[in-house]
Amino acid sequence: MNTYRNAALRVLLMLAAVGLWELCVRAFAVPVYVLPAPSSIVRAFYVGVSRLIYVQNAWITLEETLLGFAAGASLGFMLGTAIALSRRFEYFLYPSIVMFQALPKVALAPLIILWFGVGLPSKIVTAALIAFFPLMVNTVVGLRSADEDRVNLMRSLDASEAQIFWMLRLPSALPFLMAGLEVAMIFALIGAIVAEFVSATAGLGVLINSLNFSGDTAGIFSILLILAVMGLLLNSAIASVRRRVLFWDASQKSVTEGTRRGGTL
Amino acid sequence: MSSLPATVREVMPASAAADPVISVKGLTKSYGGQAGGVRALEAIDFEIGAGEFVAIVGPSGCGKTTLLKILAGLIPASEGSALLRGTPILRPRRDIGMVFQAPVLFPWRTVLDNVLLPADVQRLDRQRLRATALDLLCLVGLEGFEGRYPWELSGGMQQRVAIVRALIHDPAMLLMDEPFGALDAMTREQMNLELQRIWLERRKTVVFITHSIPEAVFLADRVLVMTPRPGRIAETIAVELPRPRSLDVMSTPPFGGYALRVRHHFSALGALDA
Repeated sequence: MNTYRNAALRVLLMLAAVGLWELCVRAFAVPVYVLPAPSSIVRAFYVGVSRLIYVQNAWITLEETLLGFAAGASLGFMLGTAIALSRRFEYFLYPSIVMFQALPKVALAPLIILWFGVGLPSKIVTAALIAFFPLMVNTVVGLRSADEDRVNLMRSLDASEAQIFWMLRLPSALPFLMAGLEVAMIFALIGAIVAEFVSATAGLGVLINSLNFSGDTAGIFSILLILAVMGLLLNSAIASVRRRVLFWDASQKSVTEGTRRGGTL
Repeated sequence: MSSLPATVREVMPASAAADPVISVKGLTKSYGGQAGGVRALEAIDFEIGAGEFVAIVGPSGCGKTTLLKILAGLIPASEGSALLRGTPILRPRRDIGMVFQAPVLFPWRTVLDNVLLPADVQRLDRQRLRATALDLLCLVGLEGFEGRYPWELSGGMQQRVAIVRALIHDPAMLLMDEPFGALDAMTREQMNLELQRIWLERRKTVVFITHSIPEAVFLADRVLVMTPRPGRIAETIAVELPRPRSLDVMSTPPFGGYALRVRHHFSALGALDA
């Protein structure tokens, strides 16, 4: 499938779609505040980047996303591990967790701004809160996925529970953990943008809000372009770690479809 | 039997040479409550000497695997005792090697690292055992495969890795739970020959569980025949066929005689069931 010819075809298809878009906007004289032509988006993008305003704000959003991801992923991993290893922990904690999972976490953003202020902390907390769920769920499932025969083998070797965890359960959980991290990364980006929408002084979300206020639709599209590229890069960073760590996993190629379990936003 | 003295020296300290390696007395295992419980094993008695190859054969559900798990210290017995070198088996012990029906390898470890798993778990000298591991891999015909990963090997090769792993820490006995049950018939015969060769060279005490009568007769010094519900030892048959045994031995009258004697128990059982 992945020949050079197919790769070229994919690029060509994309260019054709963009060209068609440009053509339609010009032919039907669509107002720029409704749907800007790709050429005006590129212009807006160029202006924003050259005045460094995009770069500065993108950096802020990226920082919020990465810190939120780190916090959410650590929390999700620790909670997931506790639940997977301790029936008691699960018994007492699970009902609240299920309730919390059913709650649309973005709805909490205004409260979090109220508690943590308009600055960086509230963005990190929002991003972390959204990101932690997929990793927690995957940690629980992953740590419990260890093959029964392998557990028996470890026990027959007189392995301690700690050894069984480090040498068997954790590696067995890796495919699930990597899938969870992939989702968590994208969720963290969503969390950061949502928090910026609600209240913030800087970031791409703030930029979108102000461009929207001034009716600069082309500008909004150019920000969306940045967000798409940012999401893609963050995702491929995790994917490259996954490929390196999970070289042994046969389901690796279908892991995004097969074992991915997300939470609700 | 000419290599017996060497065997004894290798398998156990000289002082204990006269004692059995495994001694099982009145072993009973029941699951569930007293009234509605299921008796899996009832009053099992046997002894296994140093360097002896014993096969336990029986139909599915006769409690073979339960017996093996008790010997491995994975589950406790309800009554009776199982001693390994004179001390009771109450929990997993470090002087037991186990081979399961599936190879149970860790896909993230290379062949060599899989073989050295017991060394890692029991914090043994990895450097010293590395040499042993390479020798053993050579013995089972896996020379040059130490850096490969399990998924790069065939089923038979994976099971050989599992056997080497069970031997690496020089255990007092080897417990094998239908180790070739998942292999195709041709590979299975090949593995039987291979196991005999390894055993003749290493002379471990082996408890080998199978539901294949020819496999049991071909490999074992003694065959323990088990009957199901509750699992009992119906007969102990000493197989006096000269070693090394070739696959041709399977079509000789004495072999057929042993096989018939084992099968007799199961056909009698079938008549009872009807």
